[in-house]
Amino acid sequence: MARKLPPVDIVIVGMGWAGGIMAKELGPTGLKIVVLERGGPRTTQDDFNIPQIRDDLRFQQRNELMMDVAKDTLTVRNNPSEEALPMRRLGSFLPGEGVGGSGVHWSGHNWRWADQDLKIRSNYEQRYGKKYIPDDMNLKDWGISYAELEPYYEKFEYTAGISGKAGNLNGKIQKGGNPFEGARKKDYPLPPLTAALATNMFTKASNELGFHAFPRPTSQMSKPFTNIDGQQLGQCQYCGYCEKFGCESNAKGSPHITVIPVALKNENVDLRTFSWVQKVLLDSTGKKATGVLYVNVLTGEEIEQPADLVILSGFQLNNVHLLLLSGIGKPYDPKTREGLVGANYCYQAGGGRTGAIQLFFDDRSFNPFMAAGGLGAVVDDFHYNQDFDRAKAGGYIGGATIAAGGSNARPINYHPVPPGTPQWGSEWKREVAKWYQGSVVVNGTGSVMPHPDNCLTLDPTYKNRFGQPLLRMTFDFHENDFKVMSHAVDMSAKIAKAMNPKMMFNNFSKAGWTSVPYQSTHNTGGAMMGSDPRTSVVNKYLQSWDVHNVFVTGAAVFPHNSSYNPTGPVGAMAFWAADAIKNRYLKNPGLLV
Amino acid sequence: MPDPKMRRRDVLLGAGVVGASALPIAAPPAVAQPAAPAATPAKGAAPAAGPAPAGYTFLKPSEQAFVEAMVDHMIPADELTPSGTDVGLAIFIDRACAGSWGKGDRLYLQGPWKQGSANQGYQLPLTPAELYQRGIAGSNAYCRKTWGKSFDRLAAADKETFLKDLAAGKIMFAGGIPGREFFTMAYQTVMEGLFSDPIYGGNRNMVGWRMVGFPGVGANNAENIKKYNDGTRFTVEPLGIADFS
Repeated sequence: MARKLPPVDIVIVGMGWAGGIMAKELGPTGLKIVVLERGGPRTTQDDFNIPQIRDDLRFQQRNELMMDVAKDTLTVRNNPSEEALPMRRLGSFLPGEGVGGSGVHWSGHNWRWADQDLKIRSNYEQRYGKKYIPDDMNLKDWGISYAELEPYYEKFEYTAGISGKAGNLNGKIQKGGNPFEGARKKDYPLPPLTAALATNMFTKASNELGFHAFPRPTSQMSKPFTNIDGQQLGQCQYCGYCEKFGCESNAKGSPHITVIPVALKNENVDLRTFSWVQKVLLDSTGKKATGVLYVNVLTGEEIEQPADLVILSGFQLNNVHLLLLSGIGKPYDPKTREGLVGANYCYQAGGGRTGAIQLFFDDRSFNPFMAAGGLGAVVDDFHYNQDFDRAKAGGYIGGATIAAGGSNARPINYHPVPPGTPQWGSEWKREVAKWYQGSVVVNGTGSVMPHPDNCLTLDPTYKNRFGQPLLRMTFDFHENDFKVMSHAVDMSAKIAKAMNPKMMFNNFSKAGWTSVPYQSTHNTGGAMMGSDPRTSVVNKYLQSWDVHNVFVTGAAVFPHNSSYNPTGPVGAMAFWAADAIKNRYLKNPGLLV
Repeated sequence: MPDPKMRRRDVLLGAGVVGASALPIAAPPAVAQPAAPAATPAKGAAPAAGPAPAGYTFLKPSEQAFVEAMVDHMIPADELTPSGTDVGLAIFIDRACAGSWGKGDRLYLQGPWKQGSANQGYQLPLTPAELYQRGIAGSNAYCRKTWGKSFDRLAAADKETFLKDLAAGKIMFAGGIPGREFFTMAYQTVMEGLFSDPIYGGNRNMVGWRMVGFPGVGANNAENIKKYNDGTRFTVEPLGIADFS
């Protein structure tokens, strides 16, 4: 029998970007707020100190900052007719754990997802006709507009600290920025990072072909930065230990140095680490949450925390897992294609596994270890460019960004050699030594559209350390995804060729999704937002249609996946939903739509 | 060109020469202290502490022989690096197996156990250390059956054939462990030993990093990235964790 604690006003589950933003925004209400984080505390000085943090074996190979799959993992399969088996080690994606969550180890790429994504079905119906969208593609407008989110994107950018160059300031196209981005009221808070040689070559080649390359907007500080809450961040040192690591210089925008310490200045905000939430508790009607049940993982004790409002702010997969474990909303069944929770699970295509062009130069050194998580340049001409005619490029929906410029060159994993090189021996060593300095990748990152087979459900066999069913992921890439990547690779090759390498190789294939090598932690969907309770899990304020005192933040609410990285809208929508809770829900609890 | 500092291990363990059964499990302290003068301290003074000895803590003699032969074959001594054993790869692998990774840290080890598709990843009920041990036993059994000798005693060409067949998934060990699973892990540990921080026992004298020009852990490149964006190679003496400790 769980020990029952005195009730509080709000429980927030998970202390990453979304949980930190919620706690910071709701803290000043004075309400009693408890944040439950299943991992431990993290500080820069103790957890990300030099030299220990620059340890490729510990943090990249052994995934020390990530979710521990020995305790809780998911099962995976490519389609509903396969038997799902446990993902016994981390691979394809790396959810974080502990205070700061995945916001500690993210690469920092920050995008504003605009109406190109938020009104995707309307856009395609209008431009290409209703028949252009495949019958089995559950493509949906999100029920929210870029105009509504714009101020919140700005708030997130000035909280995290983003280095970049505006492409559209108040409707005026800015040279050198992304001309296809949604109009922004303010430029980025920081100028772009210093471009490396590979970036400059990519930019020049792209622009000569008539495309529009721009520096990737990213949360490494190009200069020391004080954010809107007065939190101070340092300057990026281009050390090349970024994407699986915390930053010793506080030069990467991360929740543990921005929103979380600001939230914790409010004495009414109580952060409990090592507190693993198992389910949201509902009353007898099933329409109202009464709190959460969690386990103190240091003692194993089960604890009930009653609360008036529950905000799920874990990683996308964990939020969907909790909804399913709690019986909130109707679970999706891929056989009948009925139900909503767990539907529209999407991933991203590319990630270097397929769809990359590897270039080799023997007349220059790129010094690829001088790198940052988001260093590089991007071309958005085949993604957010609405004039680009998809019907003539293979007939797909969505698109791909194309980029160059690497996040690291740590040699355990980075030692590119031309295809056909032996895997070991003196010849292998000579090729590794020869090309380490002379290689560049140009790669596409593709959107992934919903497919009725792709979903998240509860596994019938395998359990986590608490005896709860694991989340079961059914996912594969489908025809639209391959069309996107096939075209992206052609365009990448065109740019690569213009960079004039000695050799270049294309690794595109229509291989199915595999859980094994790392691709990206851009998992989306499972609790999609929308304007109709019959076709969505949460409304535009991220509020559960079924249980109105439960809100769901993060990428779980995305009805499809863009080519852009997800953190920008995760941050913006957390601020947006926090405003709705603060200004409307708390005054008059009930459905906001 | 082997680093003279690394010769001690060759003497101690007769790497790749002496039969496995003749190897000492742990070197006696007197031999393990090459700094002979310090070993006879002045009267009244405490004995000087020497460098950490590099003996095995986990691998059995037959396993030591296999691992040394494998890393020396994959990373032979040449103009770029000393041999795999001299780079510390066998010790790196021994330590990795002995440590938390080897014992299954961050590995979901609950059944039921089923062979899945390649896309579903690793599905054996073995920890990495167990897979190393069973993989070595399986490899030696296969080599004895095929060539009449354990792997470490094979001619270089036969070692090459065996490793290529293992990598290509052509070998299934008696008892049902796919050879490819063993190879995938063994190859990963060779890469880790060659390129991870020397504090873990491999990449001695940072030869893996020197081979490619990787600067190690000390990088502060906010200025360098401006200076070196014209194709000029940035070279610097690499630094590891121990250099900052």
